[in-house]
Amino acid sequence: MDNTIAGIIFLSVRVALTAVIFALPFAFGVAWLLARYTFPGKGLLQALVTLPLVLPPVVTGYILLLWFGTNGPVGSFLLHTFGFEFAFRWTGAALAAAVMAFPLLVRPIRLSLETIDRGLEEAAETLGASRLMVFATVTFPLALPGILAGAILAFAKALGEFGATITFVSNIPGETQTLSLAVYSLLQSPDGDRMVMVLIAAAITLAVAAVLCSEWLSGRLRRRISP
Amino acid sequence: MNSELVVSIKGHAGAFSLSADFDSSQGIAGVFGHSGSGKTTLLKMIAGLVRPDAGKIMLGERILFDAGAGIDVPASQRRTGFVFQDGRLFPHMSVRNNLVYAQRFGRRDNRRALGDVTGLLGLDQLLDRKPFTLSGGERQRVAIGRALLADPDLLLMDEPLSSLDHARRQEVLPYLERVREETAVPIIYVSHEIDEIARLADTLVVLSQGAVIASGPTVEVFGRIDLGPALGRYEAGAMVDGKVAAIDEAFGLATVIVGGEKFELVAHGLEVGNSVRMRIRARDVAVASTRPTGISIRNCISATVDQINRETGAYGELLLTVGDQALRARITRKSLVELNISKGSKVFALLKAVSVERRALASGDGTVARVPDKT
Repeated sequence: MDNTIAGIIFLSVRVALTAVIFALPFAFGVAWLLARYTFPGKGLLQALVTLPLVLPPVVTGYILLLWFGTNGPVGSFLLHTFGFEFAFRWTGAALAAAVMAFPLLVRPIRLSLETIDRGLEEAAETLGASRLMVFATVTFPLALPGILAGAILAFAKALGEFGATITFVSNIPGETQTLSLAVYSLLQSPDGDRMVMVLIAAAITLAVAAVLCSEWLSGRLRRRISP
Repeated sequence: MNSELVVSIKGHAGAFSLSADFDSSQGIAGVFGHSGSGKTTLLKMIAGLVRPDAGKIMLGERILFDAGAGIDVPASQRRTGFVFQDGRLFPHMSVRNNLVYAQRFGRRDNRRALGDVTGLLGLDQLLDRKPFTLSGGERQRVAIGRALLADPDLLLMDEPLSSLDHARRQEVLPYLERVREETAVPIIYVSHEIDEIARLADTLVVLSQGAVIASGPTVEVFGRIDLGPALGRYEAGAMVDGKVAAIDEAFGLATVIVGGEKFELVAHGLEVGNSVRMRIRARDVAVASTRPTGISIRNCISATVDQINRETGAYGELLLTVGDQALRARITRKSLVELNISKGSKVFALLKAVSVERRALASGDGTVARVPDKT
């Protein structure tokens, strides 16, 4: 039984981490676009990014199923070209978690990009740094607290994701049954209470650890640049 | 080194057409103008941070911008060091890493040693500090050092002292003079503080509403009576150059010869043989038709009226010649009439205050001295 608990926690962390790591570059790109540029359709992009936050998760999950399912346009393309499958796999759970956590990732990154003094980038340019070097040595380090805050928030959200996951990849023990889904299943069975308590303790521990870690890191980053 | 800067550009912020000639020995070209006159935009265009609509910018042999030929060298390759009004130090880096930024990340040569620059600007004790722990004056000194260490062909300074209080300004000014004297990097110094310009600039460009309305050697531009509104009436004045001829130790006064006439100043820090540049505000000059007696003002100089600007208000302005130099006096129009002053009149100029802006042959810490007016 311990093995199963460990398995569930391991799967949940794996799904959540994968979701955050793969969503991060996309989220940064979108945050960059929203923070730095004005273009036609900016409002639409903004709405699209916020959508998973306001849509019922079941609806998001169903849309994912339609698009990324084995018969969906993207899903069948991936399956036939790369032999890669989302449907009813842990990777699908990660995709669902990534989509649901995406708005939480974009917002803090966008805010931190918006608060960076563009004058510092100009200064770096006059000192001879190329655009890429300016990004690597000035913009990125200064955006790091925002990126970190977004990543932790998204990780916590991905860890607890339920509705979109169960709709998209179902509730398959050992494959897609993450912590929340396991708690849900165990509550349906008459003798699952003890295991539920263990899983809840694990969930609380993970959440608290994530928040502490984020506080500690952002505190360190802040002390680098201000009193 | 030929680093003549030729600028002839048009931009959104107005039309500039200016040609500032200087070689490395000539030091600082001042750009003066009130806020909104386009000073910062002009500097940013030279640095490549703002793109002009048309025109050409050349630095020595290099074309930095030429709209016609489609040349727009990116800011990172212009080799123009920029000292911003607010310092713009990288907050996440130590002072040391700020200083060596150009050498580490900007592909700039290491022609100037870090130690030389930190010595010049007094930064040795600050290297391991973070920018947020620095005072305003220290921050600007680091910013100047950082720009210098990028090995620039030209330094652009955008009101580097305007964010500082008076005491901090006095702390940083001597360092600017050291940079001028010891680095041989030509500097364009933008400011709306007439005192800074008078003290630092060898040549001067006056901007008004996006256009250059005067340029030339600082002393000449300051002597122009027609620039009253642009230079500011209250602070308006003339600059004169003189030489210290004698020091009266007993009373602490120095005698300075200006255009063949003797001026008396507080001797503080002056030595016989020093060349001094003084700024005398028009409102600190009174005029008498005969030499007054029984008066505490010690400087009573015979002068000739060269120009009269009557304006429309209560005041008028006189341009006086003293030998080969010019003085300006701001007196009421009623006095003009009562003293019967006209072009060519011989008058006595009474100087209530004289600021020594620069002691060219002294060590470079320019102190401001006052004439003993009511002794």
